Amino acid sequence: MTESLPVTPGLHRFNGGIRFVHREDASTHEPIASLPLPRVLVLPLQQHIGEAAIPCVKVGERVLKGQLLAEPKGYIGAPIHAPTSGTVIEIADRPIAHPSGLTAPCITLEVDGEDRWTEHRPIDSYRELDRSSLRNRIRDAGIVGLGGAGFPSAVKLNPGPSRKIHTLLVNAAECEPYINCDDMLIRERATDIVAGIEIALHCIDAPRCIIGIEDSMPAAHAALQQAITQTAATNIDIVVVPTVYPTGGEKQLIKVITGQEVPKDGLPADIGIVCHNVGTLYAIARAILHGEPLISRIVTVTGKGVSKPRNLEVLIGTPIRELIEFCGGYTERVSRLLLGGHMMGFALHSDDLPVVKAANCILAGTPEELPEPGKAGPCIRCGMCEQACPVNLLPQQLYWYTKAKDFDKTREYNLFDCIECGCCAYVCPSEIPLVQYYRYAKTEIRNAERERQKSNIARERFEFRKERLEREEREKAEKLRQRKEALAQKTADDDGKKAAIQAALERVKAKKATQEEKQD
Amino acid sequence: MFAAIIAITLLAAAFGLLLGYAAVRFKVEGDPVVDQIDALLPQTQCGQCTFPGCRPYAEAIAAGKADINQCPPGGEATIQALADLLGREAKPLNPDNGTEGDKMVAVIDENVCIGCTLCIRACPVDAILGATKQMHTVIADECTGCKLCVEPCPVDCISMEPVGETLETWRWPFPNKPEIIPHIQVTGGHHKSGTYD
Repeated sequence: MTESLPVTPGLHRFNGGIRFVHREDASTHEPIASLPLPRVLVLPLQQHIGEAAIPCVKVGERVLKGQLLAEPKGYIGAPIHAPTSGTVIEIADRPIAHPSGLTAPCITLEVDGEDRWTEHRPIDSYRELDRSSLRNRIRDAGIVGLGGAGFPSAVKLNPGPSRKIHTLLVNAAECEPYINCDDMLIRERATDIVAGIEIALHCIDAPRCIIGIEDSMPAAHAALQQAITQTAATNIDIVVVPTVYPTGGEKQLIKVITGQEVPKDGLPADIGIVCHNVGTLYAIARAILHGEPLISRIVTVTGKGVSKPRNLEVLIGTPIRELIEFCGGYTERVSRLLLGGHMMGFALHSDDLPVVKAANCILAGTPEELPEPGKAGPCIRCGMCEQACPVNLLPQQLYWYTKAKDFDKTREYNLFDCIECGCCAYVCPSEIPLVQYYRYAKTEIRNAERERQKSNIARERFEFRKERLEREEREKAEKLRQRKEALAQKTADDDGKKAAIQAALERVKAKKATQEEKQD
Repeated sequence: MFAAIIAITLLAAAFGLLLGYAAVRFKVEGDPVVDQIDALLPQTQCGQCTFPGCRPYAEAIAAGKADINQCPPGGEATIQALADLLGREAKPLNPDNGTEGDKMVAVIDENVCIGCTLCIRACPVDAILGATKQMHTVIADECTGCKLCVEPCPVDCISMEPVGETLETWRWPFPNKPEIIPHIQVTGGHHKSGTYD
């Protein structure tokens, strides 16, 4: 047990959550280590929320470290850069870390080992830069939320003119037990994080910043405090929050610190708050002050299934296998490999998958740590799930309606507000895999919605075609009618001419007859 | 006695006029039931229901000329939705109309295509691109998988292929099914199984 910090008084709390028994993680014993250059890097084109990036390099092209490999498509998107120098050897579908085990388009880079940088473009005095160009620099650096969601950071730093931001909230609370990449980052690189905070404050024009840190992170707290004192910033405060899972959730942290709730379907910016993870702020500082795009991140490699748990600084695209090997390989008792923690992570099908921007933890677990799920018993309606839900949902109702496939009802019960934190399933005495049900229902609903849109398009096209065929038919009929009329007209005209000739002939005849009569 | 009869008659006449006026004034254009049924149909326009398209089938259902179990692409889900809408009992798909299968997309073998345009004329949603004596191709995103283009092709160069699963269309399986347990291959020769969560 480590000693914990005194919690800042006057805080609020969210419903439920889980207070795990705090234990010191073995992965924090050693400092962050940099992984040696891997032989090959695999960079998925979609590592963020939004549309996949579009490659702007060709197979066979030599690239330098930090060079742009893929450009963002659309406003919500992020570019991808070369994590080291090398040659692009493939742009094709490769397996990625996803619960489905499916493949996705990736750029594969063969590392040349020189690690040669492209030209850096650091900004010395960012305060003189206008906000929009500063945001564009952050966007061009490919920075996305490193807390796990992977939302493009530049979009978050642009709340729009209608929303006045009063607070930048820095999320220094770890996502869940096992994960401590943020803790280690703060301990070792607090100065850069504070620099990142100042850049973000300038970007959103906010007067103050609150850092929310958990009471189980005294070393990180001390490092931050020191960094703040060094910069002599007066508008950055540290708030110590109790370590209750899932305080690391954005909306939960806002609730704990301000007592306010983010409106349904709304953003923190709607209540004047912009929230960023410490890892993201560190990346912002590197991008602006050093001109380095986001090409690496800190990953916690932990669990009893790995020999030497540790935090590693890893190039994006490094195969997970190499992280495990660096940490001394698997132990005998390893049973499962998770991306993320044991609450929200998902099991990987293989360890030959690349690390992506949002990957914060690799958990190699033993059967004791990650027990095989027991056979789910029947729901006994105890209501413990509802007491544990940090979003105030009714997990039991959602479960029943999902089981009955009554998806309209699940929507009525705010299924899409579920953050899939797993608290309900964790406390369920019947061991019902509740989150599984919600994930199932969510994808079913999204799929039905997509099908509906597709069928609407098909209907439109079908009706348009029908109309076009009818129009063509009408036009054809019209043409035919016109031709017939023209023909009739012509015949009529011909008849008229014939009649005139006849009449003329007759007149001549008559004339001749009268002349002959006269001669006679 | 007469006063009562007259009063009732007058009232009946007044309300009759009112109803008559309302019927004209608030007349509903089209048939909303047909629209509702049409909205539930998959819009494949395949004609397997024996009607020339989804809307005609919807009209036939509304008019009582067709049953609700004649749409193979919609399958169970559509039958259930139609049953709920119309307050009828759901019944299994009529095997005369076909069987429910995976979503398909038409693919033209472009090396074999002779550019006859017969498939273009058969496609109910204009999802085939091409011109006379030019190669044709299917716009995969617009193809409904109705198979109507397969029959007219004189050189048999159109095949129906299943639509592959992508990250966007992938769905979490219903819990407690054995296939949600992925087997992971970890280096060092361990081969163990694991599940999500």
